[in-house]
Amino acid sequence: MSTGVQADPAKSAGSASSLTRRRPLGDRGFQVLALVAGLLVLAILIGIAVSTAQQGADWFSTAGFKGIFSTVWDVGNNQFGMMAFVYGTVISSVIAIIIAVPVSLGVALLLTEVVPRRWGQPIIVIIDLLAVVPSVVWGLWGILVLEPWIEPIYASIASGVNGIPVLDNLFGESNGGVSGASFFTCGLILAIMITPIITSLAREVIATVPAIDKEGAYALGATRWEMIRGAVWPHSQAGVVGAILVGLGRAMGETIAAALVIGSSVQVTSHLFVPGYSIPAVIANQFGESSGEFRSALIGLGLVLFVITIIVNLVARGVVERSARRSRGA
Amino acid sequence: MAVVSDQPTIDLREPGGWRRSKNQIATVLMYVAFVIILIPLGLVIFEVIAKGAKAISWQFLTNSTIPPNVMPLGQGGMGAAVVGTLEITAFAAVIAVPLGILGAVYINEYGGGGKSWLSGLISFMSNVMVGVPSIVMGLFIFTVWVIPHGLTGLSGFAGSLALACLMLPLVIRSTYEMLRLVPDHLREASYALGATKSRVTLTVVLPSAISGIVSGSLLAIARAAGETAPLLFTIGLVESTNSNLFSGPTTALPSQIFSNALSPYVGAEERAWGAALTLIVIAFILLFVARIFTARFTRYAR
Amino acid sequence: MEQPEQKIKLTMPETSTEAAGKQDDGFAGASVFEARNVSCYYSAFRAVTDVSLTIYEHEITAFIGPSGCGKTTVLRTLNRMNDLVVGARVEGEIFYRGASLYERSVSPIAVRRRIGMVFQKPNPFPKSIYDNIAYGPRINGIRSKGRLDEIVERSLRQAALWDEVKDRLNKSALGMSGGQQQRLCIARTLSVEPDVILMDEPCSALDPIATGKIEDLMHEIKSRYTIVIVTHNMQQATRVSDRTAFYSVLRDDKSDTRTGVLVEYGRTQQIFEDPHDTRTQAYVTGRVG
Repeated sequence: MSTGVQADPAKSAGSASSLTRRRPLGDRGFQVLALVAGLLVLAILIGIAVSTAQQGADWFSTAGFKGIFSTVWDVGNNQFGMMAFVYGTVISSVIAIIIAVPVSLGVALLLTEVVPRRWGQPIIVIIDLLAVVPSVVWGLWGILVLEPWIEPIYASIASGVNGIPVLDNLFGESNGGVSGASFFTCGLILAIMITPIITSLAREVIATVPAIDKEGAYALGATRWEMIRGAVWPHSQAGVVGAILVGLGRAMGETIAAALVIGSSVQVTSHLFVPGYSIPAVIANQFGESSGEFRSALIGLGLVLFVITIIVNLVARGVVERSARRSRGA
Repeated sequence: MAVVSDQPTIDLREPGGWRRSKNQIATVLMYVAFVIILIPLGLVIFEVIAKGAKAISWQFLTNSTIPPNVMPLGQGGMGAAVVGTLEITAFAAVIAVPLGILGAVYINEYGGGGKSWLSGLISFMSNVMVGVPSIVMGLFIFTVWVIPHGLTGLSGFAGSLALACLMLPLVIRSTYEMLRLVPDHLREASYALGATKSRVTLTVVLPSAISGIVSGSLLAIARAAGETAPLLFTIGLVESTNSNLFSGPTTALPSQIFSNALSPYVGAEERAWGAALTLIVIAFILLFVARIFTARFTRYAR
Repeated sequence: MEQPEQKIKLTMPETSTEAAGKQDDGFAGASVFEARNVSCYYSAFRAVTDVSLTIYEHEITAFIGPSGCGKTTVLRTLNRMNDLVVGARVEGEIFYRGASLYERSVSPIAVRRRIGMVFQKPNPFPKSIYDNIAYGPRINGIRSKGRLDEIVERSLRQAALWDEVKDRLNKSALGMSGGQQQRLCIARTLSVEPDVILMDEPCSALDPIATGKIEDLMHEIKSRYTIVIVTHNMQQATRVSDRTAFYSVLRDDKSDTRTGVLVEYGRTQQIFEDPHDTRTQAYVTGRVG
């Protein structure tokens, strides 16, 4: 519609130019701030990798890759083989998973399938309480209460399996007898600590099973357990595996409780009731007095731990995301 | 009248033996699993209260001189550690909570909730970062902060940095979940009134998610308060209160518990239990407050 | 039966179950279900009031009516699926071939093996086609591969699906089209050899061709089973069913409550061509939704 007069662009909000006015500075600033905060995550992760690698380079230049696989750890002679700690980390975490998984899944199923909503609340509170107990308190309880109590139990098991082929190698006595502070005790405490996280992740996964699938199983005359096996399990399989892997990662990285109850003894053995060591435990215990190549080795161990847990978590998240995507699409 | 026909009676009772037993056994095992998790929780709370209660006194909580391990209970107190824990954790929260909220805002509000490749990457990586062991965070801050500053690098501030690294992904994750729950129509209403994105976020989105955000942050703080490993190489260990966060080593409750746990002296052991009780109480209080906020959030979200 | 405090006026004419039986041309077989004064509650909400009817053997009975009239609720009481809903309660009596369904000693699991159900949206398990069908027999103790193969083939043939899937029994059931998935669910229901099949709007998520296939299927298997189908589609009711029950919503303006009632029940032809109740007439002629 043309009139004789041109609209003056310099004037008020009614003109078209105000629609293209640039975003106010504060708004852009906020976005930048948010972006920086997000990038911080990536920066820290990269920073960890770079800084620990730098510090560990000292050790790596002497020990090389085979240092990771060597079991010789002799501080006096500057021998820093990492394998004993990797072994201890893996063994205690595997024990923790074996103990924690059935319990966690049992409680998760209890909450989602068995118990009516209202009575589920106290159970959730208990799980939260379990999760919030600080790890150092678990360690304190472990070393002062659990160890003395469990050692005679180990001893009787050990004498019980004396001579029986495989069991003796696992639960029997090693040259030092059995000890309250051991791989197994550490695994036990780790199991207690990772149960809440596995339970709550598994619960999330199981809750996404569509109700109509469960009804389909019931409509065929299935009992609740049969329904769980037929309808719930196939849907939540992958997610549960992811939850277990997250728990595994936590167990591997747990420091203080392990430092207190694993026994601080550098050895690789199949016997579970004897003292051992894990990566986080040795770093925690020995860092204070370390220097030079020793310290570099410890930091290198930290890098190894970082890499292992990153890989485990990547796999775990990948598995969980994939199953979540599939169930959303199906 | 419709006839109830005389057909042979149908047996509608429980299916026989094995199926029923399997079902019952499975149910029983699930309950057993619950009892199994009750046991350690109950035991640890019991022991901590039983052994820690006798150490607790006003002096214990406030006296700023931590006695040497060999001293029996009654001398000095853990005041230094209490102050240390409160200061270090609080400062870590000051760093981590705003940054974490901003990070979650970036992922959800600017990245479309993970749709853009960068926000997807950040979201994925912060989930992965949750799994990084706390001792690695401690080593990280040690190498990038403490070493360059030489001996003066040991300080409460360094400890706060390490704890903040630990808390950051937790806050991002829980805040992100809360932001996702805010319905889009609230945002749209605000946009329709001509608000900029930052204004929408600050005045509409964050306030409606605030209870959930607070709850998630409190849980992250509770986690940080109880962590020892990040503090091991960053704050040192001292025997008296250092309330200056930025200069000089200090101590905190978890550190004291850790060092006392390894000591053979009875007095040290008793002090460790007392400190453990204090720490657990702090953690439980934070959890309790967090749950109150969660309840408020779910109530308002309906 | 309990008397409600506010009397809800039920203008049920004499033509109901009694009349359906009387006016019959002798086609009524044995009674499979007999419901007497059945009311269903979800906590305090009364979803359905005072339903009495008889379902006859080897017939297809349709439940029709507007939304919220309780037809699905009534359907689900027939195989105790409402047990799964917290707060659901049934008053009155339901007899299945002479045995009371809601007696204390009755096991819902045994009930559901005999009275199967097909749902509105196809819900195959995320397993292979074979495992979907084999699930029912397996939980009933059949382990031998030979017998399972037999049962799988028989069920798929009965569901008119065998030729389409016989070469890919090990593929995931989720890879099939919606119509195929629903026929798979029917086959799955058939695999445990039930007596009755309940269908809750089985075709509402399907296209007309798939719907046609399922309706043909229903005709074929009718001679071996008894079918009760809830449907929104009146044409479907006329195409497949022998008897039709029309439900409606009764509103009590004084207490502002709604509840479902059975208005009329009779042979399908009569319900649609010569309805006795004005509400039935309004619904089937499309004047009321």
